[in-house]
Amino acid sequence: MNAAQQIDRDAVSDRTQPLLKVRGLTKLYGPEKGCQDVSFELYPGEVLGIVGESGSGKSTLLSLLSGRCPPDRGVIDYRLADTHKNAGQWLDLYSASEAERRTLLRTEWGFVEQNPRDGLRMAVSAGANIGERLMAQGVRNYQALRAAGLDWLNQVEIDPARIDDLPRTFSGGMQQRLQIARNLVSGPRLVFMDEPTGGLDVSVQARLLDLMRGLVRELDLAVVIVTHDLAVARLLADRLMVMRRSHVVETGLTDQILDDPQHPYSQLLVSSVLQP
Amino acid sequence: MNAATQPRPQAPRDEAYNFAYLDEQTKRMIRRGLLKAVAIPGYQVPFGGREMPLPYGWGTGGMQLTAAILGAEDVLKVIDQGADDTTNAVSIRRFFARTAGVATTERTPEATIIQTRHRIPETPLHADQIMVYQVPIPEPLRFIEPSETETRTMHALNDYGVMHVKLYEDIATFGHIATAYAYPVTVDERYVMDPSPIPKFDNPKLDMSPALMLFGAGREKRLYAVPPFTRVTSLDFEDHPFDVQKWEHNCAICGSHESFLDELILDDQGTQSFVCSDTDYCAQRVSQGRAVQ
Repeated sequence: MNAAQQIDRDAVSDRTQPLLKVRGLTKLYGPEKGCQDVSFELYPGEVLGIVGESGSGKSTLLSLLSGRCPPDRGVIDYRLADTHKNAGQWLDLYSASEAERRTLLRTEWGFVEQNPRDGLRMAVSAGANIGERLMAQGVRNYQALRAAGLDWLNQVEIDPARIDDLPRTFSGGMQQRLQIARNLVSGPRLVFMDEPTGGLDVSVQARLLDLMRGLVRELDLAVVIVTHDLAVARLLADRLMVMRRSHVVETGLTDQILDDPQHPYSQLLVSSVLQP
Repeated sequence: MNAATQPRPQAPRDEAYNFAYLDEQTKRMIRRGLLKAVAIPGYQVPFGGREMPLPYGWGTGGMQLTAAILGAEDVLKVIDQGADDTTNAVSIRRFFARTAGVATTERTPEATIIQTRHRIPETPLHADQIMVYQVPIPEPLRFIEPSETETRTMHALNDYGVMHVKLYEDIATFGHIATAYAYPVTVDERYVMDPSPIPKFDNPKLDMSPALMLFGAGREKRLYAVPPFTRVTSLDFEDHPFDVQKWEHNCAICGSHESFLDELILDDQGTQSFVCSDTDYCAQRVSQGRAVQ
């Protein structure tokens, strides 16, 4: 067997194994407040959408998944990247140390906040925002940081001449794109997004979605995206989970759920979208 | 030599105060904190800061440490921006002369405890000396992370990536690392520490220093330490290495080219003159006959 075939086979086995395994995840703030009994598997390069009304537990689920808040019950297993010292092993997120979780969050994972002000450092320039993860990983070469900054501004369609501008001089859409660049610069495998297009007007939303769709395919990212906008879900997500009152009421392929919803709540959700 | 540089005889102690102003329990509490700080170089130890008879920002943290370690045999030197004869230095020196009755001096080699605001003396320190720094903001991460719980976690987890963000911003804005004082350092390859607002000119003097360095912040109620012969490295980038200030001028009084110089504006036409910031170093050079002709 030659080397190319070996790499091919490794790539195939990487893609056939899940990246994230979630079993019985529960966190309740009160009866049916929070999320309970969530189980799923996420594969490399797959985009999972979580939809549901406000208060249905979408964001709770996302903060449990991204290691920000320990669950009451349930296990999250993550398969470590080949570059990690324990390559290919499963890491139980909440029995790992906080140091390990943080390292994961700034290397193999990304988190795109709904409000870019929460995800960006507003007091430092765009270039420093993009370079922060690299600096945290030990890059100590200014030219390399600068080059990465310019490259990523280009990739998210921001004029590279604005590298030294503060994020507050950027428009909302640009801030959101900067936040995406800041997360993707470390080459993550898994990105969490909390309503990334919320608060943007429709035409800016469309551009951002277009950009995200391109990046997700190009970089082969696995994404967990929380949204209440079904159009966003249809455009980005491969699979959907519909949540209601802390339960997952329906899961399936995006088109299947949106075109042929089975659960009464999914039917209500789909039918309540205004058709222009 | 003027009257101010004459060695001072031991003043009579004011018996109305406990020795060195603070009560014995408070001094013990601070000493316990200091032992911990020395054991973990660069780690910020909280302590129960007391109210001192002068405002925050005037050196209350440094004074509490000095009071805690001061013994009857100690010789105290206090400097403010390198100078022995400025208000802050004179009043703190008089305070301890009165409350502890200790001998005070302006000569660096004679002092056993040197309390300082923002300079390390030019004269090399020796192993019998203790430097006490007055620190305004002890937390080097504060500029980028306002939350105290978060900065503590970052220290605990050795999560110091953001420290370089500030240096990056400097280079992006000014073309070089423009941070000239309170330049962050890594102590013993573990904790990132703010060396108080000393000019970065003095940072190399912290590295492997034979003297014990103690830092006290009164308002924030934190103390930390660099034990003798500890590695202290200044943060930098590969292609923008750490560098200290240099002057094209010599000191106008003693002609030194090695010391940290203060710029003086002499008249309305903007005529400049540069003099040593360390007055004792300058005066010693003059007395050795190195004065500018």
